[in-house]
Amino acid sequence: MIHLRGITKRFGDYPALHGIDLDVAPGEFIALLGPSGSGKTTLLRIIAGLEFQDSGTVLLGGDDVSRTPVADRHVGFVFQHYALFRHMTVADNVAFGLSVRRGKGRLPKAARRARAEELLRLVQLEGLGPRYPGQLSGGQRQRVALARALAIEPRLLLLDEPFGALDAKVRKDLRRWLRDLHKAMGLTSIFVTHDQEEALELADRVVVMNQGRIEQVGAPDAVYMNPETPFVSHFVGETNRLPAPGGEIHFRPHEITLAADGAEALLVDNVFRKGAVWRAEGLLEGSGQFVELDLPSSGDAPQLGQTIRFHPHRARMFNAAGDHTQGETR
Amino acid sequence: MSTRATTESPIMRAVLITVALVFLGFFLLLPLLAVFSEALREGAGPFLDALHTPDALAAIRLTLLIAAISVPLNMVFGIAASWAITKFQFPGKALLITLIDLPFSVSPVVSGLIFVLLFGANGLFGAWLAEHDLKIIFAVPGIVLATVFITFPFVARELIPLMLEQGKDDEEAAISLGASGWQTFWHVTLPNIRWGLLYGVLLCNARAMGEFGAVSVVSGHIRGETNTMPLHVEILYNEYDFVGAFAVASLLALLALVTLVAKTVLEWRFGLHAGARH
Repeated sequence: MIHLRGITKRFGDYPALHGIDLDVAPGEFIALLGPSGSGKTTLLRIIAGLEFQDSGTVLLGGDDVSRTPVADRHVGFVFQHYALFRHMTVADNVAFGLSVRRGKGRLPKAARRARAEELLRLVQLEGLGPRYPGQLSGGQRQRVALARALAIEPRLLLLDEPFGALDAKVRKDLRRWLRDLHKAMGLTSIFVTHDQEEALELADRVVVMNQGRIEQVGAPDAVYMNPETPFVSHFVGETNRLPAPGGEIHFRPHEITLAADGAEALLVDNVFRKGAVWRAEGLLEGSGQFVELDLPSSGDAPQLGQTIRFHPHRARMFNAAGDHTQGETR
Repeated sequence: MSTRATTESPIMRAVLITVALVFLGFFLLLPLLAVFSEALREGAGPFLDALHTPDALAAIRLTLLIAAISVPLNMVFGIAASWAITKFQFPGKALLITLIDLPFSVSPVVSGLIFVLLFGANGLFGAWLAEHDLKIIFAVPGIVLATVFITFPFVARELIPLMLEQGKDDEEAAISLGASGWQTFWHVTLPNIRWGLLYGVLLCNARAMGEFGAVSVVSGHIRGETNTMPLHVEILYNEYDFVGAFAVASLLALLALVTLVAKTVLEWRFGLHAGARH
């Protein structure tokens, strides 16, 4: 469906993307995950045609669209801040892509209105057509933006931080809703996010980006369980780092076994409940490394000043150059 | 507790308000009243007669004509410049932003002189113009040029901050939905900037009708031909025709009041511009 080859982009002296290769299969739901400045939004805008790469090619469904402007790419783009036309009603917003169409593809007004109504029903905003965007909540606006993008029957849906401007509760609901919608429609979709939870929950595959490069591409489970670089290990999920000869050992807070003869000893200086587990934080004896551990909350809460002995039962070793050398299990 | 740090004492407040009101009354309200009272000193008859002289009517016509040409021109130029500056990256952008303010920073007399130096009898293009029997200086085209130059910043200065604040998401959304450049401009950009644009046009119009310095240099003060309202006021005043001078001046003052009221209504109605700049 999408094939990106050697995409590079500079903004003045700032290199935004260094040679990105990526393939997306039809119907896939892809997350571009990375911190700000990682180039994820730039990549999304290049796929859309809102920005042009300095070199490299973009293939959409077999067509080379490397130099095709956004208007001719037939992609739906949902903006982070919705970009709804505030002087138009919700229905006119949704029908905009149909009413600016010229030539033989142009639908009569009644058909455009019916299509807008149908799309509003799809995004569960039936009857809100005559309102203005200013009269809607954030979550409703986001769904109007989505309906507007879907109105042109795009071959690809691109979403830039689709939940970024919403509060936590609405974000969660909308996330579930978007996943169901994607399942029902099967439209190839790519969304940009800096929130790893969002990426892991929604995407079929996660593309982890850092400093204009792809660090790892994989299913959410694979990216979480088997990070290939220290960056991915650190950025996706929580990670403890232990210095080791020739590199670093990474393990998750829950990847530990408590044992009286454990190799490591944590001096607890902070404890709180984190959902279903106790989270104990503190410094390791000896190395003085800061470490977070998850302990079953069925037991008593760890005490401040207590020493917890443990050893990681599952960990990854990265050598000093940042390469993944082995997935070590003890 | 904390209010003490940010609020003045009642006495201080009263003093500040009084000073501001006295200042306003003395420097703004009093002169305005003086204009109208001088104009009407000998009653409504002489006031209307003064406006009915052929020279006064010609001045009013000319002023309206100048505004009718230069305001639409600057509306188009202003939108084009703001669009270019806020939606695109190009070399020389910073220079363009600076140049837009040039008419504000240069003395209007100098602005007028520029056109005399360019198009006057001894100017750069003077010989060529004389050869082809074209008159710019001491004629209507010169007045239009000077007015366009002087009033250029008003629309652009109004629109640039507004369009910067709005960003280009809306335009990108429109083109991603298949709209052409014109469709995007008419259906998305123009509605987004319409109140700011109207505001800029109002200010531009007020200045186009009221400009004295630059127009005075290029006009030549030919009665009934190249005399605008502000120039006519000066001529009548210099001839000790005070009723006539103040009658025409009161029309200009009335225009200023209408502009202010319209601007206030716009601000109040649409919550425009937390910090208006002129």
